[in-house]
Amino acid sequence: MQSIVELHQVSFSYSGAPVLEEVSLHFHPGQFAALVGPSGAGKTTLLKLILGTLTPIHGQVQINSRAHAATKAPRIGYVPQLETVDWNFPVTVEQVVWMGRVKRAGPWPWPSAEDRRRIATVLEQLEIAELARQHIRNLSGGQQQRVFLARALIAEPDLLVLDEPTTGVDMRTAENVLHLLGELNRQGMTILMTTHDLNAAAAHVPWVICLNRRVIAQGPPEAVFTEPILNATYEGDMLVIHQDGMIFVQQRPHGHSYRDLVPEPVLGGLPRHDEV
Amino acid sequence: MIDVLLQPFQFEFFRNGTLAAVMVGGLCGLIGVYIVLRGMSYIGHGLSHAIFGGAVVSYVMAWNFYLGAGIWGFIAAVLINQTVRRTKINADAAIGVITTASFAIGIALISRYRSFTRSFDAALFGNILGVTVQDVLVIAGVTLLVSLMIFFCYKQLLFTAFDSTVAEVYGVPTAWVETLFALILAAALIVSMQILGVTLIAAAIVIPAITARLLTDSFNRLILLSTLLGAATGFFGMCVSYYADVASGATIVLLQAALFCVALLWSSLQRRTERRLAHTHV
Repeated sequence: MQSIVELHQVSFSYSGAPVLEEVSLHFHPGQFAALVGPSGAGKTTLLKLILGTLTPIHGQVQINSRAHAATKAPRIGYVPQLETVDWNFPVTVEQVVWMGRVKRAGPWPWPSAEDRRRIATVLEQLEIAELARQHIRNLSGGQQQRVFLARALIAEPDLLVLDEPTTGVDMRTAENVLHLLGELNRQGMTILMTTHDLNAAAAHVPWVICLNRRVIAQGPPEAVFTEPILNATYEGDMLVIHQDGMIFVQQRPHGHSYRDLVPEPVLGGLPRHDEV
Repeated sequence: MIDVLLQPFQFEFFRNGTLAAVMVGGLCGLIGVYIVLRGMSYIGHGLSHAIFGGAVVSYVMAWNFYLGAGIWGFIAAVLINQTVRRTKINADAAIGVITTASFAIGIALISRYRSFTRSFDAALFGNILGVTVQDVLVIAGVTLLVSLMIFFCYKQLLFTAFDSTVAEVYGVPTAWVETLFALILAAALIVSMQILGVTLIAAAIVIPAITARLLTDSFNRLILLSTLLGAATGFFGMCVSYYADVASGATIVLLQAALFCVALLWSSLQRRTERRLAHTHV
C-alpha cells in the first residue's frame, strides 16, 4: 500500500543536542495514529517536519511519495495546540473556518457563496453551526477544538494532523474529541496526533508510536503499552493495568509502591447497596 | 458660524494639508490594525526613524526623496522580518537594533554636513503647511495602492496576523506576505513623514487601532473603525490646530489620544455593567 507520509532516517536538531535521531516512519491512508512520549521527546518537532515548517538536517520527509519541496499544495489539515491560539484576536468562528479555504477562496475579502455553503456544512457536521457568528473567545474548550478541526476539514485534507488535541480540556471533552476523530477516521480520514493522555490513546487510537528522540516502539496499544516499552519511552517507572478490557497507564511516584498509595476506601458517607 | 468654520479652507495650503492629513490618518489607521494585532506596535516608531536615516542618505546622494527613503525603509523592514524569522532575536530587539542604527546614520550625516540640518526639521516634526499639490497626489496614490493591496490580500494578511506558522501550513506564502506588508508599511511611513513627522507617526499608527480594538471584537468593524478614526482625527485635528494655533501633527495625535481615553473609559464602564448584570443573574 502506498504511504501518505514517509520519514526516512530523519534527524533534526534546533542547535546542539539532537531532538530527533534517525526516525523512520510511514503512515498509510486511513490510518489513525498517536505519537506519545515525554515532553521534549520530539513529538511536535516531528509534526512540524511532516507539515513542512521545519526541514530535517538528515533524511527525508515525503508526502504522497513526493518531497516537501516538490509539493506545492500539501493537503494537510493542521489543528495546533489550543494554548498557542490568540483567543483575543478579533475573529469569529466563521472567519477561522474560512481561513482553511485560503488557497481555494476567490480574490474578494469576503467568503463566496461556495465558501459559505462549505463552512455551513462543516460546522453542521461538527455540531457547532449555531456558533458561526460567535467570537472564538466565547467558546468552551470542546467547541474551540471543534472550530479548529472544522478549519482543518474544510481544507479537504488527505491527512489530519493534531497537536495535543486533548490538552487543556476536561476529561469529558477529551473523550468527545477523540470519539469525533474516531468517526472521521471511520469515514476514511488519515489522522496523526500527539498526546500526553496515554489512557485516552489506549481507548481510542488503534496505532501508537512511542517516541523519545527515536522511535522506541509502534503498534496497537495492547502491544505497545507494556511496562518495558513505556519505561524505555518515559525513562521512568510506569505501571500498566488491564481492567475490563481497557488499558490504564500510570507513572509510579518516586519512593512509593503502588499499594502504598491506595488507602482503604471510605464508604461511611455513602448508602450501602442494600439500603438503596 | 459656518463662514468661520470654512474660513481656513479658502487657503490652498490648508486645503492641501487637510486632504493630506485625512488620507494619512486613514492610511495609518488601516495598517495600524495589522501592526497592533501582530504585537509589533513599536515597528512604526522604529521604522520611521530608519526612514529618516534613508531620507538623509537620499539627500546626500542626490536621490529622489521618495525613492531613496522608500527603498531604505523597505530594506529595514525586510531586515527586521528576516532577523526575527531566522534568529532567536525577538521583534522588539530587532527593531531596536536595525532602526536605531539607521537613524544614527542619518544623525551622523547631518552632523557631518551641517549645512542642511534645517531641511530635516520637517521630517522630524512634520510640516503640514508645506504640503504641495504634488505631495497630495503622491499620498493619494500610495493610499489607493495600499488599500488595494490590503483589499486583495485580505485573507492572507488576516491568516498571517492570526497565526503565521499555521497559515504557512495551509499554503499562505507567509514570507511573501510579510515582505509585501513591509513594502506597504514603508510606503505609508514615507508619505506620512512630512505630515506628522518621524516623532509622531508611531502614535498615529497605533492609537486609532487600539481605540477601535476597545470598541469592537469584529475584525471587519475594527478595520473600518480604525481607518475612520484616523481620517476623522486628521480632519478635525487640522481644524483645531488652525484655530488653537498649535502644531497640526501634535494636535492630530492629541485628539487621537483623547478619543482613546474616552474609548477606554467607555469599555471599562461597559465591562463593569456586564459583570454587575452577570452577578445579578447569578
